Amino acid sequence: MSGPVLAPLDVAQIRKEFSLLCTPFHGKPLHYLDSAVSGQMPNAVIERMAHYQRFEHTNVHRGVSTLSQEATDRFEEAREKVRAFIHAPSAKQIIWTRGTTESLNLVAQSWGRANLKAGDEILLSAMEHHSNIVPWQMLATEKGASIKVIPMDDRGVLDLDSLDEMLTPRVRVLGITHVSNVLGTVNPLKEIIAAAHAKGVVVVVDGAQAVPHIAVDVMALDADFYAFSGHKLSGPTGVGVLYGKKELLESMPPWQGGGSMILSVSWEKTTFMGIPGKFEAGTPPIAEAIGLGAAIEYLNSIGLDRIAAHEHALLDYATKELNNIEGLRIIGTAPGKASVLSFVLDGIHPHDVGSILDHEGVVVRAGHHCAQPVMKRFDIPATTRASFAYFNDQADVDALVAAIHQVKDIFGADSFNSAEEQG
Amino acid sequence: MASDPRELYQQVIIEHNRKPRNFGKLDPCTHHADGQNPLCGDELQLTLNIVDGRIEDIKFEGHGCAIDVASASLMTGAVKGKPVMEAEVMAEQFRRMVRGELDPATEANLLGKLSLFQGVKDLPVRVKCAVLPWATLHSALKGEATVSTE
Repeated sequence: MSGPVLAPLDVAQIRKEFSLLCTPFHGKPLHYLDSAVSGQMPNAVIERMAHYQRFEHTNVHRGVSTLSQEATDRFEEAREKVRAFIHAPSAKQIIWTRGTTESLNLVAQSWGRANLKAGDEILLSAMEHHSNIVPWQMLATEKGASIKVIPMDDRGVLDLDSLDEMLTPRVRVLGITHVSNVLGTVNPLKEIIAAAHAKGVVVVVDGAQAVPHIAVDVMALDADFYAFSGHKLSGPTGVGVLYGKKELLESMPPWQGGGSMILSVSWEKTTFMGIPGKFEAGTPPIAEAIGLGAAIEYLNSIGLDRIAAHEHALLDYATKELNNIEGLRIIGTAPGKASVLSFVLDGIHPHDVGSILDHEGVVVRAGHHCAQPVMKRFDIPATTRASFAYFNDQADVDALVAAIHQVKDIFGADSFNSAEEQG
Repeated sequence: MASDPRELYQQVIIEHNRKPRNFGKLDPCTHHADGQNPLCGDELQLTLNIVDGRIEDIKFEGHGCAIDVASASLMTGAVKGKPVMEAEVMAEQFRRMVRGELDPATEANLLGKLSLFQGVKDLPVRVKCAVLPWATLHSALKGEATVSTE
Protein backbone atom coordinates (compact mmCIF):
# COMPACT_ATOMS: atom_id res chain seq x y z
CA MET A 1 0.00 0.00 0.00
CA SER A 2 1.54 3.32 -0.96
CA GLY A 3 0.80 6.55 0.75
CA PRO A 4 2.46 9.53 2.32
CA VAL A 5 5.64 8.78 4.25
CA LEU A 6 4.71 8.88 7.92
CA ALA A 7 7.02 10.06 10.68
CA PRO A 8 7.99 7.07 12.84
CA LEU A 9 6.74 6.96 16.42
CA ASP A 10 9.09 7.97 19.23
CA VAL A 11 8.27 4.92 21.34
CA ALA A 12 10.73 5.79 24.12
CA GLN A 13 9.01 9.15 24.55
CA ILE A 14 5.53 7.63 24.36
CA ARG A 15 6.37 5.06 27.06
CA LYS A 16 7.27 7.83 29.47
CA GLU A 17 3.63 8.87 29.34
CA PHE A 18 2.59 5.52 30.91
CA SER A 19 3.63 5.03 34.53
CA LEU A 20 2.95 1.30 34.36
CA LEU A 21 5.24 0.81 31.37
CA CYS A 22 8.05 2.51 33.28
CA THR A 23 7.65 0.27 36.34
CA PRO A 24 9.70 -2.95 36.68
CA PHE A 25 7.75 -6.17 36.79
CA HIS A 26 9.24 -9.11 38.73
CA GLY A 27 12.37 -6.93 38.80
CA LYS A 28 12.52 -6.82 35.00
CA PRO A 29 11.38 -4.32 32.39
CA LEU A 30 7.68 -4.76 31.62
CA HIS A 31 6.91 -5.94 28.09
CA TYR A 32 3.18 -5.37 27.82
CA LEU A 33 2.01 -7.36 24.81
CA ASP A 34 -1.60 -7.66 25.90
CA SER A 35 -3.36 -4.58 24.54
CA ALA A 36 -5.97 -6.79 22.89
CA VAL A 37 -7.16 -7.81 26.34
CA SER A 38 -7.05 -4.26 27.62
CA GLY A 39 -5.06 -1.23 26.54
CA GLN A 40 -2.99 0.85 28.92
CA MET A 41 -4.11 4.36 29.74
CA PRO A 42 -1.63 7.20 29.21
CA ASN A 43 -1.20 9.44 32.24
CA ALA A 44 -3.02 12.24 30.40
CA VAL A 45 -6.22 10.17 30.42
CA ILE A 46 -5.84 9.17 34.07
CA GLU A 47 -5.21 12.80 35.01
CA ARG A 48 -8.20 14.02 33.01
CA MET A 49 -10.46 11.62 34.87
CA ALA A 50 -8.93 12.54 38.22
CA HIS A 51 -9.38 16.24 37.44
CA TYR A 52 -13.03 15.63 36.68
CA GLN A 53 -13.52 13.73 39.92
CA ARG A 54 -11.68 16.36 41.98
CA PHE A 55 -13.12 19.54 40.55
CA GLU A 56 -16.01 18.94 38.14
CA HIS A 57 -18.10 16.05 39.35
CA THR A 58 -21.78 15.87 39.98
CA ASN A 59 -24.52 14.00 38.18
CA VAL A 60 -25.32 14.90 34.57
CA HIS A 61 -28.59 15.91 32.96
CA ARG A 62 -29.98 16.80 36.40
CA GLY A 63 -30.69 19.97 38.27
CA VAL A 64 -29.99 23.57 37.52
CA SER A 65 -26.67 23.99 39.28
CA THR A 66 -23.75 25.38 37.35
CA LEU A 67 -21.75 22.36 38.45
CA SER A 68 -24.30 20.00 36.93
CA GLN A 69 -24.39 22.00 33.72
CA GLU A 70 -20.61 21.92 33.42
CA ALA A 71 -20.41 18.20 34.15
CA THR A 72 -23.08 17.68 31.49
CA ASP A 73 -21.12 19.79 29.02
CA ARG A 74 -17.91 17.80 29.57
CA PHE A 75 -19.88 14.55 29.26
CA GLU A 76 -21.55 15.62 26.02
CA GLU A 77 -18.26 16.92 24.62
CA ALA A 78 -16.90 13.40 25.08
CA ARG A 79 -19.86 12.07 23.08
CA GLU A 80 -19.01 14.49 20.30
CA LYS A 81 -15.37 13.31 20.32
CA VAL A 82 -16.58 9.74 19.86
CA ARG A 83 -18.90 10.85 17.04
CA ALA A 84 -16.04 12.52 15.20
CA PHE A 85 -13.73 9.55 15.87
CA ILE A 86 -16.00 7.08 14.04
CA HIS A 87 -17.42 9.65 11.61
CA ALA A 88 -21.00 9.26 12.74
CA PRO A 89 -23.46 11.83 11.36
CA SER A 90 -24.81 12.90 14.74
CA ALA A 91 -23.78 12.66 18.40
CA LYS A 92 -27.35 11.54 19.09
CA GLN A 93 -26.42 8.27 17.47
CA ILE A 94 -23.68 7.63 20.06
CA ILE A 95 -25.06 5.71 23.02
CA TRP A 96 -22.96 5.24 26.15
CA THR A 97 -22.85 1.71 27.49
CA ARG A 98 -20.62 -0.22 29.89
CA GLY A 99 -18.69 -1.74 27.00
CA THR A 100 -18.95 -3.72 23.78
CA THR A 101 -20.75 -6.57 25.53
CA GLU A 102 -23.47 -4.30 26.82
CA SER A 103 -23.76 -2.58 23.43
CA LEU A 104 -24.31 -5.91 21.68
CA ASN A 105 -26.79 -7.05 24.33
CA LEU A 106 -28.66 -3.79 23.88
CA VAL A 107 -29.07 -4.46 20.15
CA ALA A 108 -30.12 -8.08 20.70
CA GLN A 109 -32.55 -7.25 23.49
CA SER A 110 -34.08 -4.11 22.04
CA TRP A 111 -33.88 -4.32 18.25
CA GLY A 112 -33.71 -8.11 18.20
CA ARG A 113 -36.67 -8.72 20.44
CA ALA A 114 -38.81 -6.31 18.44
CA ASN A 115 -37.80 -7.64 15.03
CA LEU A 116 -37.18 -11.38 15.24
CA LYS A 117 -39.77 -14.12 15.17
CA ALA A 118 -39.87 -17.91 15.18
CA GLY A 119 -38.13 -19.42 12.16
CA ASP A 120 -35.88 -16.43 11.53
CA GLU A 121 -32.15 -16.87 11.13
CA ILE A 122 -29.28 -15.03 12.76
CA LEU A 123 -26.07 -15.14 10.74
CA LEU A 124 -22.76 -14.92 12.63
CA SER A 125 -19.17 -15.29 11.51
CA ALA A 126 -17.04 -18.23 12.64
CA MET A 127 -14.61 -15.86 14.37
CA GLU A 128 -16.95 -14.08 16.78
CA HIS A 129 -16.09 -13.34 20.41
CA HIS A 130 -18.56 -14.82 22.89
CA SER A 131 -20.06 -11.36 23.31
CA ASN A 132 -21.37 -11.46 19.73
CA ILE A 133 -22.58 -15.05 20.08
CA VAL A 134 -24.25 -15.49 23.45
CA PRO A 135 -26.67 -12.52 23.28
CA TRP A 136 -27.91 -13.88 19.93
CA GLN A 137 -28.22 -17.41 21.28
CA MET A 138 -30.31 -16.10 24.16
CA LEU A 139 -32.51 -14.23 21.70
CA ALA A 140 -32.76 -17.24 19.37
CA THR A 141 -33.89 -19.45 22.26
CA GLU A 142 -36.49 -16.91 23.31
CA LYS A 143 -37.85 -16.39 19.79
CA GLY A 144 -37.46 -19.84 18.28
CA ALA A 145 -34.94 -18.47 15.78
CA SER A 146 -31.80 -20.29 14.66
CA ILE A 147 -28.14 -19.38 14.27
CA LYS A 148 -26.07 -19.99 11.14
CA VAL A 149 -22.32 -19.55 10.91
CA ILE A 150 -20.22 -18.19 8.02
CA PRO A 151 -17.23 -20.55 7.85
CA MET A 152 -13.57 -19.55 7.60
CA ASP A 153 -10.47 -21.18 6.12
CA ASP A 154 -7.26 -22.28 7.82
CA ARG A 155 -5.78 -18.78 7.57
CA GLY A 156 -8.73 -17.28 9.39
CA VAL A 157 -10.32 -15.74 6.30
CA LEU A 158 -14.10 -15.86 6.04
CA ASP A 159 -15.55 -17.84 3.14
CA LEU A 160 -17.43 -15.02 1.48
CA ASP A 161 -18.26 -17.14 -1.55
CA SER A 162 -20.87 -18.79 0.65
CA LEU A 163 -22.20 -15.49 1.98
CA ASP A 164 -24.81 -14.86 -0.71
CA GLU A 165 -26.14 -18.36 -0.32
CA MET A 166 -26.26 -18.03 3.46
CA LEU A 167 -28.18 -14.76 3.28
CA THR A 168 -31.48 -16.58 2.89
CA PRO A 169 -34.82 -14.77 3.07
CA ARG A 170 -35.05 -15.98 6.68
CA VAL A 171 -31.95 -14.07 7.82
CA ARG A 172 -32.84 -10.92 9.77
CA VAL A 173 -29.48 -9.96 11.19
CA LEU A 174 -25.76 -10.50 10.61
CA GLY A 175 -23.39 -10.22 13.58
CA ILE A 176 -19.78 -9.80 12.57
CA THR A 177 -16.53 -8.71 14.13
CA HIS A 178 -14.50 -6.05 12.35
CA VAL A 179 -11.20 -7.48 13.61
CA SER A 180 -10.84 -10.96 15.15
CA ASN A 181 -9.51 -10.82 18.70
CA VAL A 182 -7.76 -14.19 18.25
CA LEU A 183 -6.69 -14.24 14.61
CA GLY A 184 -6.21 -10.55 13.86
CA THR A 185 -8.21 -10.97 10.65
CA VAL A 186 -9.62 -7.68 9.35
CA ASN A 187 -12.91 -8.57 7.72
CA PRO A 188 -13.86 -6.80 4.45
CA LEU A 189 -16.84 -5.15 6.13
CA LYS A 190 -17.85 -2.84 3.32
CA GLU A 191 -18.33 -5.73 0.93
CA ILE A 192 -20.04 -7.90 3.56
CA ILE A 193 -22.41 -5.13 4.65
CA ALA A 194 -23.33 -4.32 1.06
CA ALA A 195 -24.15 -8.00 0.42
CA ALA A 196 -26.28 -8.14 3.58
CA HIS A 197 -28.09 -4.90 2.76
CA ALA A 198 -28.88 -6.19 -0.72
CA LYS A 199 -30.95 -8.85 1.09
CA GLY A 200 -32.42 -6.46 3.63
CA VAL A 201 -30.33 -7.84 6.50
CA VAL A 202 -29.30 -5.60 9.40
CA VAL A 203 -25.58 -5.75 10.26
CA VAL A 204 -24.26 -5.51 13.83
CA VAL A 205 -20.50 -4.96 14.01
CA ASP A 206 -18.29 -5.83 16.99
CA GLY A 207 -15.63 -3.15 16.66
CA ALA A 208 -13.83 -3.78 19.96
CA GLN A 209 -10.57 -4.90 18.37
CA ALA A 210 -10.80 -2.62 15.35
CA VAL A 211 -10.94 0.84 16.88
CA PRO A 212 -7.40 0.75 18.34
CA HIS A 213 -5.89 -0.16 14.94
CA ILE A 214 -8.09 1.16 12.14
CA ALA A 215 -9.62 4.55 11.42
CA VAL A 216 -13.29 3.59 11.50
CA ASP A 217 -15.86 5.38 9.35
CA VAL A 218 -19.31 4.01 10.12
CA MET A 219 -20.86 5.97 7.26
CA ALA A 220 -18.43 4.63 4.67
CA LEU A 221 -18.95 1.10 6.03
CA ASP A 222 -22.71 1.68 6.07
CA ALA A 223 -22.85 -0.28 9.37
CA ASP A 224 -26.27 -0.45 11.00
CA PHE A 225 -24.79 -0.87 14.48
CA TYR A 226 -21.18 -0.56 15.58
CA ALA A 227 -20.06 -1.43 19.13
CA PHE A 228 -16.77 -0.87 20.96
CA SER A 229 -15.22 -0.44 24.40
CA GLY A 230 -13.23 2.37 26.00
CA HIS A 231 -10.58 0.19 27.56
CA LYS A 232 -9.31 -1.28 24.29
CA LEU A 233 -8.79 2.27 23.08
CA SER A 234 -6.38 3.56 25.76
CA GLY A 235 -9.38 4.61 27.81
CA PRO A 236 -10.89 3.29 31.03
CA THR A 237 -12.99 0.20 31.68
CA GLY A 238 -16.68 0.63 32.42
CA VAL A 239 -17.53 2.70 29.36
CA GLY A 240 -18.40 1.64 25.84
CA VAL A 241 -20.24 2.86 22.81
CA LEU A 242 -23.07 1.76 20.61
CA TYR A 243 -23.45 3.58 17.33
CA GLY A 244 -26.65 2.96 15.41
CA LYS A 245 -28.41 4.31 12.35
CA LYS A 246 -30.88 6.98 13.35
CA GLU A 247 -34.01 5.35 11.96
CA LEU A 248 -33.12 2.03 13.61
CA LEU A 249 -32.39 3.57 17.00
CA GLU A 250 -35.56 5.65 16.86
CA SER A 251 -37.68 2.62 15.99
CA MET A 252 -36.32 0.56 18.88
CA PRO A 253 -38.03 0.23 22.26
CA PRO A 254 -36.04 1.28 25.33
CA TRP A 255 -33.95 -1.48 26.87
CA GLN A 256 -33.55 -0.57 30.53
CA GLY A 257 -35.96 1.69 32.33
CA GLY A 258 -35.23 4.24 35.02
CA GLY A 259 -34.19 7.82 35.55
CA SER A 260 -32.75 9.96 32.73
CA MET A 261 -34.46 8.05 29.94
CA ILE A 262 -37.97 9.47 30.40
CA LEU A 263 -39.84 12.62 29.44
CA SER A 264 -42.57 12.09 32.02
CA VAL A 265 -43.73 9.36 34.34
CA SER A 266 -47.15 8.86 35.87
CA TRP A 267 -48.81 5.76 37.29
CA GLU A 268 -50.75 5.46 34.07
CA LYS A 269 -48.09 6.08 31.46
CA THR A 270 -44.44 6.89 30.86
CA THR A 271 -43.14 8.69 27.83
CA PHE A 272 -39.54 8.23 26.82
CA MET A 273 -36.74 10.51 25.74
CA GLY A 274 -35.57 10.48 22.14
CA ILE A 275 -32.16 9.09 21.23
CA PRO A 276 -29.67 8.72 22.81
CA GLY A 277 -31.34 9.35 26.20
CA LYS A 278 -33.90 6.60 25.63
CA PHE A 279 -31.11 4.03 25.97
CA GLU A 280 -29.25 5.59 28.88
CA ALA A 281 -31.24 4.77 32.01
CA GLY A 282 -29.67 5.70 35.31
CA THR A 283 -26.46 7.57 36.09
CA PRO A 284 -23.96 6.95 33.28
CA PRO A 285 -20.20 6.37 33.66
CA ILE A 286 -19.39 10.08 33.55
CA ALA A 287 -15.70 10.17 34.44
CA GLU A 288 -15.14 7.16 32.19
CA ALA A 289 -16.87 8.81 29.23
CA ILE A 290 -14.74 11.92 29.74
CA GLY A 291 -11.69 9.66 30.01
CA LEU A 292 -12.59 7.97 26.74
CA GLY A 293 -12.87 11.40 25.13
CA ALA A 294 -9.38 12.20 26.42
CA ALA A 295 -8.06 8.87 25.10
CA ILE A 296 -9.40 9.68 21.64
CA GLU A 297 -7.68 13.06 21.78
CA TYR A 298 -4.47 11.36 22.82
CA LEU A 299 -4.62 8.85 19.93
CA ASN A 300 -5.47 11.62 17.49
CA SER A 301 -2.45 13.59 18.71
CA ILE A 302 -0.22 10.66 17.71
CA GLY A 303 -2.20 9.95 14.55
CA LEU A 304 -4.09 6.76 13.78
CA ASP A 305 -2.27 6.35 10.46
CA ARG A 306 1.12 6.52 12.17
CA ILE A 307 -0.10 4.06 14.82
CA ALA A 308 -1.30 1.64 12.14
CA ALA A 309 2.00 1.87 10.21
CA HIS A 310 4.01 1.30 13.40
CA GLU A 311 1.94 -1.69 14.46
CA HIS A 312 2.10 -3.29 11.03
CA ALA A 313 5.88 -2.99 10.93
CA LEU A 314 6.09 -4.52 14.40
CA LEU A 315 3.69 -7.32 13.45
CA ASP A 316 5.80 -8.13 10.37
CA TYR A 317 8.94 -8.26 12.49
CA ALA A 318 7.30 -10.42 15.17
CA THR A 319 5.78 -12.77 12.59
CA LYS A 320 9.19 -13.29 10.99
CA GLU A 321 10.87 -13.88 14.36
CA LEU A 322 8.22 -16.30 15.61
CA ASN A 323 8.21 -18.24 12.37
CA ASN A 324 11.90 -18.95 13.01
CA ILE A 325 11.08 -20.80 16.24
CA GLU A 326 10.90 -24.54 15.71
CA GLY A 327 7.66 -26.13 16.90
CA LEU A 328 5.78 -22.82 16.92
CA ARG A 329 2.69 -22.37 14.80
CA ILE A 330 0.96 -19.04 14.26
CA ILE A 331 -2.84 -19.25 14.38
CA GLY A 332 -4.35 -16.64 12.07
CA THR A 333 -2.44 -15.74 8.93
CA ALA A 334 -4.96 -13.67 6.99
CA PRO A 335 -3.41 -11.12 4.63
CA GLY A 336 -3.46 -7.58 5.99
CA LYS A 337 -4.25 -8.73 9.54
CA ALA A 338 -4.10 -6.46 12.58
CA SER A 339 -1.32 -6.62 15.18
CA VAL A 340 -2.64 -9.64 17.06
CA LEU A 341 -0.40 -12.70 17.04
CA SER A 342 -1.76 -15.98 18.38
CA PHE A 343 0.46 -19.05 18.47
CA VAL A 344 0.78 -22.55 19.84
CA LEU A 345 3.91 -24.48 20.77
CA ASP A 346 3.94 -28.22 20.06
CA GLY A 347 3.40 -30.23 23.22
CA ILE A 348 3.28 -27.22 25.57
CA HIS A 349 0.01 -25.86 26.89
CA PRO A 350 -0.46 -22.08 26.45
CA HIS A 351 -1.06 -21.61 30.17
CA ASP A 352 2.37 -22.99 30.92
CA VAL A 353 3.79 -20.72 28.23
CA GLY A 354 1.96 -17.74 29.74
CA SER A 355 3.25 -18.42 33.27
CA ILE A 356 6.86 -18.65 32.16
CA LEU A 357 6.56 -15.57 29.92
CA ASP A 358 5.06 -13.71 32.86
CA HIS A 359 8.13 -14.40 34.94
CA GLU A 360 10.25 -12.87 32.19
CA GLY A 361 8.19 -9.69 32.36
CA VAL A 362 6.40 -10.52 29.09
CA VAL A 363 2.66 -10.06 29.58
CA VAL A 364 0.52 -11.94 27.04
CA ARG A 365 -2.86 -13.63 27.12
CA ALA A 366 -3.04 -17.40 27.27
CA GLY A 367 -6.40 -19.04 26.93
CA HIS A 368 -9.39 -19.36 24.67
CA HIS A 369 -9.82 -15.58 24.42
CA CYS A 370 -13.59 -15.80 24.90
CA ALA A 371 -13.74 -17.39 21.46
CA GLN A 372 -14.15 -21.11 22.10
CA PRO A 373 -15.68 -21.79 18.66
CA VAL A 374 -12.48 -20.38 17.10
CA MET A 375 -10.40 -22.75 19.25
CA LYS A 376 -12.58 -25.65 18.12
CA ARG A 377 -12.27 -24.60 14.47
CA PHE A 378 -8.48 -24.84 14.75
CA ASP A 379 -8.69 -27.95 16.98
CA ILE A 380 -6.68 -26.42 19.83
CA PRO A 381 -7.65 -25.86 23.48
CA ALA A 382 -6.12 -22.41 23.70
CA THR A 383 -3.46 -20.14 22.25
CA THR A 384 -0.86 -17.77 23.56
CA ARG A 385 -1.57 -14.33 22.13
CA ALA A 386 0.74 -11.35 21.87
CA SER A 387 -0.83 -8.10 20.74
CA PHE A 388 1.09 -4.99 19.76
CA ALA A 389 0.24 -1.35 20.38
CA TYR A 390 1.82 2.00 19.60
CA PHE A 391 3.95 1.86 22.77
CA ASN A 392 5.59 -1.45 21.84
CA ASP A 393 8.85 -1.78 19.96
CA GLN A 394 11.27 -4.42 18.67
CA ALA A 395 12.74 -4.87 22.17
CA ASP A 396 9.34 -6.16 23.31
CA VAL A 397 9.30 -8.66 20.44
CA ASP A 398 12.89 -9.71 21.23
CA ALA A 399 11.91 -10.25 24.89
CA LEU A 400 8.98 -12.37 23.74
CA VAL A 401 11.20 -14.48 21.51
CA ALA A 402 13.81 -14.95 24.27
CA ALA A 403 11.10 -15.96 26.74
CA ILE A 404 9.65 -18.51 24.29
CA HIS A 405 13.13 -20.04 24.06
CA GLN A 406 13.13 -20.22 27.88
CA VAL A 407 9.84 -22.11 27.75
CA LYS A 408 11.28 -24.57 25.27
CA ASP A 409 14.36 -24.97 27.41
CA ILE A 410 12.32 -25.68 30.56
CA PHE A 411 10.07 -28.16 28.79
CA GLY A 412 12.96 -29.88 27.05
CA ALA A 413 13.55 -30.34 23.38
CA ASP A 414 11.62 -33.61 23.10
CA SER A 415 8.38 -32.01 24.29
CA PHE A 416 7.84 -31.40 20.64
CA ASN A 417 6.95 -34.97 19.84
CA SER A 418 5.13 -35.78 23.02
CA ALA A 419 1.62 -34.58 22.35
CA GLU A 420 0.50 -37.99 21.17
CA GLU A 421 2.05 -39.94 23.99
CA GLN A 422 -0.65 -39.31 26.55
CA GLY A 423 -2.36 -42.56 27.35
CA MET B 1 6.62 -11.66 43.47
CA ALA B 2 6.47 -14.99 41.67
CA SER B 3 9.40 -17.31 42.22
CA ASP B 4 11.44 -18.68 39.36
CA PRO B 5 9.09 -20.91 37.33
CA ARG B 6 11.89 -23.48 37.21
CA GLU B 7 11.12 -24.20 40.87
CA LEU B 8 7.67 -25.26 39.82
CA TYR B 9 8.35 -26.75 36.41
CA GLN B 10 10.70 -29.33 37.86
CA GLN B 11 11.74 -32.37 35.88
CA VAL B 12 9.24 -34.63 37.66
CA ILE B 13 6.36 -32.38 36.65
CA ILE B 14 7.60 -31.99 33.08
CA GLU B 15 8.06 -35.73 32.86
CA HIS B 16 4.60 -36.59 34.26
CA ASN B 17 3.06 -34.10 31.84
CA ARG B 18 4.86 -35.77 28.98
CA LYS B 19 3.99 -39.30 30.04
CA PRO B 20 1.02 -39.20 32.39
CA ARG B 21 0.49 -42.28 34.57
CA ASN B 22 -2.95 -43.87 34.97
CA PHE B 23 -4.23 -42.14 31.85
CA GLY B 24 -7.44 -43.67 30.56
CA LYS B 25 -10.86 -44.76 31.70
CA LEU B 26 -12.10 -47.53 34.00
CA ASP B 27 -15.15 -49.26 32.58
CA PRO B 28 -17.01 -50.33 34.61
CA CYS B 29 -16.24 -48.12 37.58
CA THR B 30 -17.86 -47.55 40.96
CA HIS B 31 -17.21 -43.79 41.13
CA HIS B 32 -16.62 -41.06 38.60
CA ALA B 33 -16.63 -37.28 38.27
CA ASP B 34 -15.87 -34.65 35.63
CA GLY B 35 -13.89 -31.56 36.57
CA GLN B 36 -13.37 -28.39 34.61
CA ASN B 37 -11.87 -24.95 34.81
CA PRO B 38 -14.27 -23.00 32.59
CA LEU B 39 -12.03 -19.95 32.36
CA CYS B 40 -9.10 -21.85 30.90
CA GLY B 41 -10.93 -24.79 29.38
CA ASP B 42 -9.10 -27.56 31.25
CA GLU B 43 -11.16 -30.73 31.48
CA LEU B 44 -10.64 -33.88 33.50
CA GLN B 45 -12.61 -37.12 33.77
CA LEU B 46 -11.86 -39.32 36.74
CA THR B 47 -12.99 -42.95 37.10
CA LEU B 48 -12.43 -45.05 40.23
CA ASN B 49 -13.10 -48.50 41.57
CA ILE B 50 -13.61 -48.41 45.31
CA VAL B 51 -13.88 -51.70 47.14
CA ASP B 52 -14.41 -51.94 50.90
CA GLY B 53 -13.50 -48.28 51.44
CA ARG B 54 -10.24 -48.57 49.50
CA ILE B 55 -9.33 -47.07 46.10
CA GLU B 56 -8.46 -50.21 44.16
CA ASP B 57 -7.90 -48.41 40.87
CA ILE B 58 -8.14 -44.90 39.46
CA LYS B 59 -7.65 -43.39 36.00
CA PHE B 60 -7.99 -39.98 34.44
CA GLU B 61 -8.61 -38.55 30.99
CA GLY B 62 -8.81 -35.02 29.68
CA HIS B 63 -6.60 -32.18 28.63
CA GLY B 64 -5.00 -29.26 30.35
CA CYS B 65 -1.75 -27.53 31.15
CA ALA B 66 1.34 -29.27 32.49
CA ILE B 67 0.46 -28.41 36.08
CA ASP B 68 -2.99 -29.92 35.69
CA VAL B 69 -1.86 -33.08 33.88
CA ALA B 70 1.13 -33.70 36.16
CA SER B 71 -1.03 -33.11 39.23
CA ALA B 72 -3.59 -35.66 37.99
CA SER B 73 -0.85 -38.14 37.11
CA LEU B 74 0.88 -37.85 40.50
CA MET B 75 -2.41 -37.80 42.39
CA THR B 76 -3.71 -41.01 40.83
CA GLY B 77 -0.41 -42.70 41.69
CA ALA B 78 -0.51 -41.39 45.24
CA VAL B 79 -4.07 -42.43 46.13
CA LYS B 80 -4.19 -45.77 44.34
CA GLY B 81 -4.50 -48.53 46.96
CA LYS B 82 -5.19 -46.04 49.75
CA PRO B 83 -8.26 -45.98 52.00
CA VAL B 84 -10.80 -43.37 50.91
CA MET B 85 -10.41 -41.52 54.20
CA GLU B 86 -6.67 -41.17 53.68
CA ALA B 87 -7.24 -39.82 50.14
CA GLU B 88 -9.62 -37.22 51.58
CA VAL B 89 -6.98 -36.11 54.08
CA MET B 90 -4.41 -35.84 51.28
CA ALA B 91 -6.83 -33.80 49.16
CA GLU B 92 -7.32 -31.34 52.00
CA GLN B 93 -3.60 -31.14 52.77
CA PHE B 94 -2.78 -30.63 49.07
CA ARG B 95 -5.31 -27.84 48.83
CA ARG B 96 -3.84 -26.13 51.89
CA MET B 97 -0.28 -26.53 50.62
CA VAL B 98 -0.85 -24.88 47.24
CA ARG B 99 -2.62 -22.02 48.99
CA GLY B 100 0.42 -21.52 51.21
CA GLU B 101 -1.40 -22.65 54.37
CA LEU B 102 0.60 -25.82 54.89
CA ASP B 103 4.38 -26.02 54.74
CA PRO B 104 5.29 -29.67 54.15
CA ALA B 105 8.71 -29.04 55.70
CA THR B 106 7.27 -28.13 59.10
CA GLU B 107 3.83 -29.72 59.37
CA ALA B 108 3.19 -33.46 59.45
CA ASN B 109 1.42 -34.60 56.30
CA LEU B 110 0.70 -37.49 53.96
CA LEU B 111 1.76 -35.68 50.78
CA GLY B 112 5.15 -37.29 50.12
CA LYS B 113 6.44 -36.30 46.68
CA LEU B 114 3.27 -34.32 46.01
CA SER B 115 5.06 -31.56 47.92
CA LEU B 116 6.70 -30.89 44.53
CA PHE B 117 3.67 -28.73 43.85
CA GLN B 118 4.41 -26.39 46.72
CA GLY B 119 5.82 -23.86 44.23
CA VAL B 120 2.31 -23.32 42.86
CA LYS B 121 1.56 -21.10 45.87
CA ASP B 122 3.76 -18.42 44.26
CA LEU B 123 1.66 -18.52 41.07
CA PRO B 124 -1.81 -17.76 42.44
CA VAL B 125 -3.49 -17.93 39.02
CA ARG B 126 -2.25 -21.50 38.62
CA VAL B 127 -3.51 -22.85 41.95
CA LYS B 128 -6.76 -23.93 40.34
CA CYS B 129 -4.81 -26.01 37.77
CA ALA B 130 -3.03 -28.01 40.47
CA VAL B 131 -6.18 -28.40 42.54
CA LEU B 132 -8.54 -29.49 39.71
CA PRO B 133 -7.69 -33.24 39.94
CA TRP B 134 -8.06 -33.17 43.73
CA ALA B 135 -11.35 -31.28 43.60
CA THR B 136 -12.60 -33.80 41.04
CA LEU B 137 -11.48 -36.67 43.28
CA HIS B 138 -13.31 -35.10 46.19
CA SER B 139 -16.50 -34.90 44.08
CA ALA B 140 -16.18 -38.48 42.91
CA LEU B 141 -15.77 -39.70 46.48
CA LYS B 142 -18.79 -37.66 47.55
CA GLY B 143 -20.85 -39.03 44.68
CA GLU B 144 -21.13 -35.69 42.85
CA ALA B 145 -20.86 -35.94 39.08
CA THR B 146 -19.30 -32.61 38.16
CA VAL B 147 -17.09 -30.00 39.73
CA SER B 148 -15.75 -26.65 38.66
CA THR B 149 -12.85 -24.99 40.43
CA GLU B 150 -13.78 -21.48 39.27
